[in-house]
Amino acid sequence: MYSNRYITIYTLIMTLVVSVVLAFTVTGLKPFHDEAEAIFKKRDILGAIEGQLPKKLADMSDEEVLSLFDSKVEQVVIDAKGEPLDGTKAESVDMAAEEKKPEAERQYPLFIFNGEQGKIYLTSVRGNGLWDKIWAYVAIKDDLNTIVGTSFGHVGETPGLGAEIKDNPNFPKQFEGKQILNDQGDYVSVKVVKGGAKDPLHEVDGISGATITSTGVSEMMVRGLEVYLPYLQAQKK
Amino acid sequence: MAETMTKEVKEKEELEWFGPKERKLITDPLNDDNPVTVQILGVCSALAVTTMVKPALIMAVSVTLVTGFSNLVISLMRNGIPKQIRMIVQLVVIAFLVTVVEQVLKAYSYPVWKQLSVFIGLIITNCIVMGRLEAYAMANPPWRSFLDGIGNGAGYGFILIVISVIREFFGRGAILGFKILGATDEFLLNTTKHWWLSWYQPNGLMVLPASAIFLVGIIIWIQRARNPKLVDIS
Repeated sequence: MYSNRYITIYTLIMTLVVSVVLAFTVTGLKPFHDEAEAIFKKRDILGAIEGQLPKKLADMSDEEVLSLFDSKVEQVVIDAKGEPLDGTKAESVDMAAEEKKPEAERQYPLFIFNGEQGKIYLTSVRGNGLWDKIWAYVAIKDDLNTIVGTSFGHVGETPGLGAEIKDNPNFPKQFEGKQILNDQGDYVSVKVVKGGAKDPLHEVDGISGATITSTGVSEMMVRGLEVYLPYLQAQKK
Repeated sequence: MAETMTKEVKEKEELEWFGPKERKLITDPLNDDNPVTVQILGVCSALAVTTMVKPALIMAVSVTLVTGFSNLVISLMRNGIPKQIRMIVQLVVIAFLVTVVEQVLKAYSYPVWKQLSVFIGLIITNCIVMGRLEAYAMANPPWRSFLDGIGNGAGYGFILIVISVIREFFGRGAILGFKILGATDEFLLNTTKHWWLSWYQPNGLMVLPASAIFLVGIIIWIQRARNPKLVDIS
């Protein structure tokens, strides 16, 4: 049997050594983590306009993604009123952090892709799924109305049900060609509906067995895109 | 686990680098004493990470590193560890090594880290790691413990890779992301273009975790049928 004194000192020294070594490892690797995370995010964003890219995202190396992003993508940050802000880059806006601010102080990132078919506006939307947050990048064509692509993400929706928004390529594909404004030019966004979409321009099919995630996507599309409207309208003139 | 406890080394025995006993430490877990198919440990993670070969490979390497080095560290510390808190000490060592592995993976292979996410952290709770510490490293010298850890990690990894190759090939028609058999032109063999392959359909079950439990079962069956040493065990 060991004395209590020995055990206490043993524990103290052990935890101290382990925590110091771990602290050094984590701080030492931090720059690598940040870089990897940034590339991952950019791939996610470009995922919404994969059809417009010279080759498939999966076949692109990290350097190609970065150089494409640097040369073709313009970054704008807008405030809650839709006015562009100076001095910040869209990639540094953290949607999760913005969500916690009061609505009037929020900032929204906007990526503008200068492709062969004119500008494509990549908006960032965020909402609630069944278990946790869901988000998407929605690419809008330069008519400022038609969606050309989406790329969804989620923290932890149920695999096979809610997670299909990301895992099943057919779900994001439904949004292609949908319009966020109706014939009169009023904002209607795109809704996810149960039991078959009827309106070919503003509705997509939900996922069976994932009603709450589908409703979440619907709500996210309505609320999330709305904040970009003033900015997009200003581009028209 | 009882039979592994009897492997304790006698004190007067001479220690070698790669004697027959040392070699046995590596080869035993690959077949006769495989952690997954004989000791039935670590099955949970074997179901979760074997959909594709790449994550399975990374998981195999990570677990092998963790079992190897945690065995080594615990074996070096074994005479000083207070008996009352030995499990806590073991856990701290395992958690430390797993965190290091996770951080390195996050820095150098971010998409894979993202995909494995929770399972890397769950190496801490993988019974194989702590099982080897309790059964072997606490009573044996460092070099042998290290080999035992590497052997058991490799035994686990071997099963993982076998299952993942089968699952990725029959579920997605690919191996390591290299597309072999499928219904579009992206695949090496386009099944729609050859009449003798037109019946082929990828097996959707293979993509789901449940298929791994069937495969583990089949592997255990084949192994027991072929290996007479295993007939009376368990």
